[in-house]
Amino acid sequence: MADVIQLWQFPGGIHPPERKSLANQSPIRHLPVPQTLYIPLRQHIGLAGDLIVAVGERVRRGQALTEPGLQGAVPVHAPTSGIVKEITQHPSNHPSAIPEPTLVLESDGEHESITFARLEDPHQRSTQELLAHIQKAGIAGLGGAAFPTAQKLRQPQHVDVLIINGAECEPYIVSDDRLMREHAETIVQGIQLLQQIIGRPEAIIAIEDNKPEAIQAMSDAVAGYSHMRVQVIPTLYPSGGEKQLIQILTGKQVPATGYPADIGILMHNTGTAYAVARAVYHGEPLLERVVTLTGEALREPGTAWVLLGTPVAHVLEHAGLVPGPQQRIIMGGPMMGFTIADTRIPIIKSTNCILAPTAQELPAAATEMPCIRCGHCEQVCPASLLPQQLQWLAKAKDYDGLKEHHLADCIECGACAYVCPSEIPLVHYYRKAKAEIREQVIEQQKADIARQRFEARQARLEREKQERLEKHKKAAEAREKALAERAATATRPAVDAQDPVKAAVARAKARKAALQQADAQTVQQQAHADTASADQTPAQQSPQQARVAAAIARAKAKKAAATKQDDSES
Amino acid sequence: MSLVTGIIALVILAVIFGLILGFAAVRFRVDSDPIVEQIDEILPQTQCGQCGYPGCRPYAQAIADGDDLNKCPPGGQATIQKLADLLGREAKPLDEAHGVEDIKKVAVIREDECIGCTKCIQACPVDAIIGATRQMHTVIADECTGCDLCVEPCPVDCIDMVAVTPKPDRWRWDLDAIPVQVIDATTSAKESQHG
Amino acid sequence: MSFFIASSPHHHQRRTTQDLMRIVLLAMVPGVLAQFYFFGWGIAFQLTLAIATAILTETLCLIARERPIRQALQDYTAVVTAVLLAVSIPPLAPWWIIVVGTVFSIGVVKHLFGGVGHNVFNPAMAGYVLLLISFPVQMTSWMPAVNLAGAHPGFFDSLALFFTQYTSEGFSLNQVRLVEQSSMLDAVVMATPLDHLKTELARGFTLSEALNHPMFSGIAGMGWQWVNAAYLLGGLFLLQQRVITWHIPAGFLGALGFCAMLGAIIAPDTLPGINLHLFSGAAMLGAFFIATDPVSAATSNRGKLIYAALIGVLIYVIRTWGGYPDAVAFAVLLANLCVPVIDQYTRPRTYGHSTGGSSS
Ligand code: SF4
Ligand code: SF4
Repeated sequence: MADVIQLWQFPGGIHPPERKSLANQSPIRHLPVPQTLYIPLRQHIGLAGDLIVAVGERVRRGQALTEPGLQGAVPVHAPTSGIVKEITQHPSNHPSAIPEPTLVLESDGEHESITFARLEDPHQRSTQELLAHIQKAGIAGLGGAAFPTAQKLRQPQHVDVLIINGAECEPYIVSDDRLMREHAETIVQGIQLLQQIIGRPEAIIAIEDNKPEAIQAMSDAVAGYSHMRVQVIPTLYPSGGEKQLIQILTGKQVPATGYPADIGILMHNTGTAYAVARAVYHGEPLLERVVTLTGEALREPGTAWVLLGTPVAHVLEHAGLVPGPQQRIIMGGPMMGFTIADTRIPIIKSTNCILAPTAQELPAAATEMPCIRCGHCEQVCPASLLPQQLQWLAKAKDYDGLKEHHLADCIECGACAYVCPSEIPLVHYYRKAKAEIREQVIEQQKADIARQRFEARQARLEREKQERLEKHKKAAEAREKALAERAATATRPAVDAQDPVKAAVARAKARKAALQQADAQTVQQQAHADTASADQTPAQQSPQQARVAAAIARAKAKKAAATKQDDSES
Repeated sequence: MSLVTGIIALVILAVIFGLILGFAAVRFRVDSDPIVEQIDEILPQTQCGQCGYPGCRPYAQAIADGDDLNKCPPGGQATIQKLADLLGREAKPLDEAHGVEDIKKVAVIREDECIGCTKCIQACPVDAIIGATRQMHTVIADECTGCDLCVEPCPVDCIDMVAVTPKPDRWRWDLDAIPVQVIDATTSAKESQHG
Repeated sequence: MSFFIASSPHHHQRRTTQDLMRIVLLAMVPGVLAQFYFFGWGIAFQLTLAIATAILTETLCLIARERPIRQALQDYTAVVTAVLLAVSIPPLAPWWIIVVGTVFSIGVVKHLFGGVGHNVFNPAMAGYVLLLISFPVQMTSWMPAVNLAGAHPGFFDSLALFFTQYTSEGFSLNQVRLVEQSSMLDAVVMATPLDHLKTELARGFTLSEALNHPMFSGIAGMGWQWVNAAYLLGGLFLLQQRVITWHIPAGFLGALGFCAMLGAIIAPDTLPGINLHLFSGAAMLGAFFIATDPVSAATSNRGKLIYAALIGVLIYVIRTWGGYPDAVAFAVLLANLCVPVIDQYTRPRTYGHSTGGSSS
């Protein structure tokens, strides 16, 4: 870059050991196709799509398994050919490992693809066509958050700057680094498409200065493109955080309640740009992604193309895990990743790294000591929060205080906990407090809805009572009238014959009155039968009665059995 | 004489300040929710009636009228604390006579056993059960407050109260609650071969 | 086997409270050596007794509060408090002075307020102030600084003085001081340069007359300037090790220096200049080791600057117009009181918010 471009700094930041050379020395390899794939139906932020394959069906590589449905969800595709074995609850790729609906695909080893439909002449296509194509290809942000890419591109605001995030600030992770080194051309094609969709803003590819090869490769690839440049930024964790990177490159801050698009900025990951290019130029949906396999507990660290849905166990096996005591398997990097307890967990669209450190490399956390208010945490917080203050408040469960101290703006980067001399798991406290606050909000909403429904029901009951009274009054009147008329008919039959219309009306009224009476009787019956219903007539058909009897018998038997059991137990 | 002047001066001052205060009270009046509303806001709206009143709102009214504030088991100690803060009363422990704090539950109807009697529908305080006479009923899980009121009326006992299973996006970061998987011998054997 | 679960971050800088405190202790070595050189054996006894008392008190408090003992003792915070107190009091003060001071610092100021991280006041300074107010005579009986350690009472004499207040020959501390002082050209009752200055100025001498005393050779008084220089050295080491940030020392020394300069310009006859203020008494010790105590200091960078500047100004005010010759302890305690207010008004602006913390 000839001209000096101004960069800004975000407050705080740390320099944890990078340890990137562990995995970035060798080209991206391919792992063998696993026997069984576990494909979560939901791999992005949002709701799952609608399933469009059936159990037992054979699917081919690239075939869509879900479609967007009403929610406009991001579809998932079959990463290889095989038989849909079942749809089941499977541990999810989430810190909690709570099971989620997952499609189990039994590979048939043929890896047979459908014919991919690429988009001809993409540069002549309309934005809508491109967006629809990207949506169909199942692309969600590959940087980690897995926000649906098409949805992000569809934002209405005018975009001045498109930032391509190749900072990869987290230690150990080298997925984007290797991808940029090996596929710079494709990434640039993808960036061009992204630019086309959002109105050709300037594109800045931000790369930390600890990746000279990637910088070289990308600079070569962008040469000749106007509106596109590579920007080298100083290595400082967490420069790859969306908000932090925006601040470094533009000096602007995303408003706390808004999105980057509000200040005319859109950010996408290099991996996403690559996936977009593959989808548009080759028609290939998102089937695999680059995953960094690293940590000293792996005998063959490196990067690999891993099919989405591959269980972690398969990956670890091929990376040669040598588990030590208290072995941790971390999804993501050492600063923000989460440990997993279950290796059946699948790789999904947002998985960028699997880290298996030895205990010497990343020692387990020591005992928490009291905060000495040293303020180191505050010095490093990129969001200018007061981590120490937040910690006191979180421990005191002072949720109002936490809100007032902007807990919500914490990006959970872990810089504070990294430097804390008392080894307080600060981020853990924040996460718990955030979850608690979120729960409270949800509970409050639920309570409000319950209140409305309760009040609506109260009103309805009141209304029905009124109506019933009204009805009874009318019925009583009708009865009286009918009686009177009957008396009249008895005395003056001739009049009746003279006026058939009147007679018909009277008959109808009489019938109605009779019906009403019957109704009232029913009510009484029901009351006798110890039912409170006034609106419903009880079941009269014999089969129905039989069913009721059977059900009651069942219930009684169960109760009896339960009592017996209780008795025998006591 | 000076005594009279003093008294007059004081009276005048009192009148002036009284006027100012009176004006301020009208001019800067803060419209606050009536206390019953505020209490109702705090109550969990389970509408279960365990407090002995037919719903949260009546209990809110009762609290405002001086009833104890420790009769709400679904709200638990947290609610009692909030009520105590609001009303400036003492927070007592939950009155066990009305029940104990429990985990969150929702009602689920075992649908093939349902005979369509509609009794649960009438019992549900928030209209969270749908169904019709002689038709299968079902509970709208999202609207169910877990109040337990539908279980008793069911003649065939086909309603269960089941604990709400957390979803990943509503997980509370309980690391201790994660089931630990014990890796089966074959995998570790394979791994130790490598090692 | 099973995998191990932990919360992120999984990486840690591994610089614990214990490490920090060790570095602080290390950084105090030059200052302590200088004090030893100029004031003799007393400092060694004070340190030993102070540390022993501190550990004992801490242990007892932890037992009483039913807290884990080993862990808390290993963080060295009690030791640092003890050392700070020990170097602040006159080296030959009787043994029970330091015992009383340490017990008060650890037992009352630290543990009664809730232990590490909860104390409002700097424990060492609170202990010091207690002693100064309760035992003014013992607390101001400094030996005159001597360049040659040999001119001080020897090891055994010091030990005897420390425990019995009499040397083996039966001289009391004051007799020893007087003898030494008379052997040192002039007899002054008070011993530290700041003390002396204060008395002389009060007696109506001008500054230059007061400074005429041979005690003031060099830039800020014999002995004391070197002790301060040694603490400055230790302080720079702390800065270099990033145990402390520059804000507190800079605010402290900047404010003190600025006031001194202003004073010297306005009233050059009666107010001592910048060199005397910065290099005498506990100035450097205060700036780098005492005011930087994180627990009782302000937290944000801006807050630290304000807090430290407040201390600097207070020191100047108390030294010049107050009743006590040195003022670091009082100034620090007063500033400690202001910390909550300072913290409240110096909250940094959170990312993405247009105003500071207090509005949400
Ligand atoms: S985890 Fe949150 S509080 Fe801690 S440094 Fe990062 S943003 Fe700041
Ligand atoms: S780094 Fe740790 S010990 Fe220091 S102030 Fe922050 S939370 Fe407290």
